Amino acid sequence: MSALTRRRALALVAPAVAVVTVLAGCSNTSGNNAAGPVPTLTGDCAKYQAFAGQSGKTVTMFASIISPESDSLQKSWKEFSDCTGIKISYEGSNDFESQLPVRVSGGNAPDLAIIPQPGLLQKMVETGKVVKPNDATAANVDKYWNKTWKSFGSVNGTFYAPPMSANMKSLVWYSPKAFTAGGYQVPTTWDQMMQLSDRISATGKKPWCGGIGSGTATGWPATDWLEQIVLRTGGGDVYDKWVSHEIKFNSPEIKQAMQTLQGWMLNPKYVNGGFGDVKSIATTTFQDAGKPILTGNCFMLQQASFYGAQWPAGTQIGENADIFAFYLPGINSSVPTPVVGGGEFTTAFGDRPEVKLVQQYLSTPEWHTSRIKAAKGWVSANNGADQSAYTDPLDKLSAKYLTDANATFRFDASDLMPAAVGSGQEWKSMTAWFAEGKSIDQTVQDIDSQWPA
Amino acid sequence: MSETVLKFGNTIGVIAMFFAILLVVFFAAGRATGRFARPLTIAIFLGPAAVLLLAGLVIPVIRTVYLSLFNGSSSRFVGGDNYEWAFTASPIQKVLINTLLWIVVAPVVTTVIGLAMALLVDRMKRQAFYKSLIFMPMAVSFVGASFIWRFVYEARGPEQPQIGLLSQVVMALGWKNPPNWILAQPLNTFLLMVIMIWVQTGFAMVVLSAAIKAVPDEITEAARMDGATGRKLLFQVTIPMIRNTLIVVLTAIMITTLKVFDIVRTMTGGNFGTQVLANEMYTQSFVFFENGRGSTLATILFVAVLPLVLYNIFQLRRERATR
Repeated sequence: MSALTRRRALALVAPAVAVVTVLAGCSNTSGNNAAGPVPTLTGDCAKYQAFAGQSGKTVTMFASIISPESDSLQKSWKEFSDCTGIKISYEGSNDFESQLPVRVSGGNAPDLAIIPQPGLLQKMVETGKVVKPNDATAANVDKYWNKTWKSFGSVNGTFYAPPMSANMKSLVWYSPKAFTAGGYQVPTTWDQMMQLSDRISATGKKPWCGGIGSGTATGWPATDWLEQIVLRTGGGDVYDKWVSHEIKFNSPEIKQAMQTLQGWMLNPKYVNGGFGDVKSIATTTFQDAGKPILTGNCFMLQQASFYGAQWPAGTQIGENADIFAFYLPGINSSVPTPVVGGGEFTTAFGDRPEVKLVQQYLSTPEWHTSRIKAAKGWVSANNGADQSAYTDPLDKLSAKYLTDANATFRFDASDLMPAAVGSGQEWKSMTAWFAEGKSIDQTVQDIDSQWPA
Repeated sequence: MSETVLKFGNTIGVIAMFFAILLVVFFAAGRATGRFARPLTIAIFLGPAAVLLLAGLVIPVIRTVYLSLFNGSSSRFVGGDNYEWAFTASPIQKVLINTLLWIVVAPVVTTVIGLAMALLVDRMKRQAFYKSLIFMPMAVSFVGASFIWRFVYEARGPEQPQIGLLSQVVMALGWKNPPNWILAQPLNTFLLMVIMIWVQTGFAMVVLSAAIKAVPDEITEAARMDGATGRKLLFQVTIPMIRNTLIVVLTAIMITTLKVFDIVRTMTGGNFGTQVLANEMYTQSFVFFENGRGSTLATILFVAVLPLVLYNIFQLRRERATR
């Protein structure tokens, strides 16, 4: 190498090294305020006194909620942040479920994560990185939630994560306008619902539509249908044993529920309005499933509260409008108000006072009311939240059942079962049941065979 | 915002660091003289590739084979049980049959259509235009292509207005009650292959067309003088002349097909009897957490691809040697 090129090489190296040093300096500039005396908050901020004393701190939060929903979320704690000086640095990702375990095991866990599956929460607790909430948070959960909720945020009897939002899955979407035109009444019992289905079927139309297509998650809506029936026929006890596999899929209780489902969503007289035969349920995406209700080719769709976001822009949702939903009625009168739903849980990984304060704040009725006011389409099961704050009739309906202290509330079973079944074989086998006409016996045996030993 | 800037800065820093180290290494290599010059040069140029190959290929292969001899949670040695399962369990047999169908049908059809296109387009005016049209699907990812074709295969009951192209076309042609394409076994597997063929034909066409153009004019002219025309010219002169390229194209598409994952995953998620080996391997490992079974399927896939890859490499070598 000649002297000239050598000098040139050195000239190239020098600035590169300089950049590295400068940037290394940059990454170490987080604030380090010493804890002083707790300031007294006044005026509008006085209500945040319990959270004072951590001004200037930042809490990172990671969740699956993305814009525009996350904008409402950030709006809902703005006042809290302004008053207490605790900054919440929010990050939403579509890839949350796969990213969170990677970050946690990589030592890069967020301070708070909003976990939508109790199964994932359990996996995270097993890593030993989850931090228990403070006593005030636990007290809030005891006071404001139907007591089953605390168990979903607990692992092996230890409470870890307070609930955040909730969704209601026991709903049937319908068109009030079409019901009025046909002279149909909203059914309040299962039998009435089946009679109504027969009546509509007699006119030559299909009363129900459904779709279980969802890309790699194809089959999940079918598992929801089965859960609705198991809870309605067997009650909370059978449901819980089913989740823990004390009652197998291949048992009289579950097979009976499959029979009921067969007479409903696999009934060629009832489905699949607007799409075709029973099998077409397997190829229809769940997003498209309810669209024929708008054109009068279908009358009812069993789907969760979040289906509200799927209606085309301009669709009026309300008790006397284009679209509304009614509560999926019970079957067995000894099971009071069965409700299947889902929710999210605020899980702490950071063991710092400001992290626990934010977690505590997110469990208060005040924050839940603030989030309800921020934008519609968000429901809380916190019964201390201001029910009159809901502006959307559907949110109000969902909240009514989610905060009902007497309701038999259960979490989506497939979210609680081991992933090999709950987000694997159960989806596959239920899909094959719809698409390939497999027998009930074959279906339940296939599902049981994948249950991890 | 500031965090984003910081992260970006850190990324740049790391890249700059990487180049700085490289420069130092090359500089050192350049300074070396005498006895050490040659071994040092070899080590510096081959070293990184060898390390990456070891970390990215050799070690994972050994580990996968090792894991395939264990149970689902890799805690108990089970010997050949997983292999027995893979070749005897009826759902997996179906998967193996589907995979076999894929690697036989898709590459052959793609190559034949690609060859036909190459021959036809070569005689057209403004062939660049037509060639780029046919080549264009190659620019679409398999997932994107699958989404396009999902709309083509979308079916509604015969009494409903159709939104799928295929159903609408066959109904216009007089077929009163066409099936729900994606559910119709075993037709659906072939319908998925159409996507692969659609994407890969452009590739086959472009490579084969170049090979045909490389056939010396004297040879075709001599053949013509001897009275060979049309079909005879094609089968006895052109095809033998481009035989090596044909084989390379065929095996390359075969390897792509063996690894087909995206199409099946996007179109059916492996449901409705369309599952293939690569997707089943993913499902076993990352959905059912059956590491042993997943590793077994991965090993089978690896062993199946290996001879094709080797053959491909030898072909390319031989072709290069003859030139």
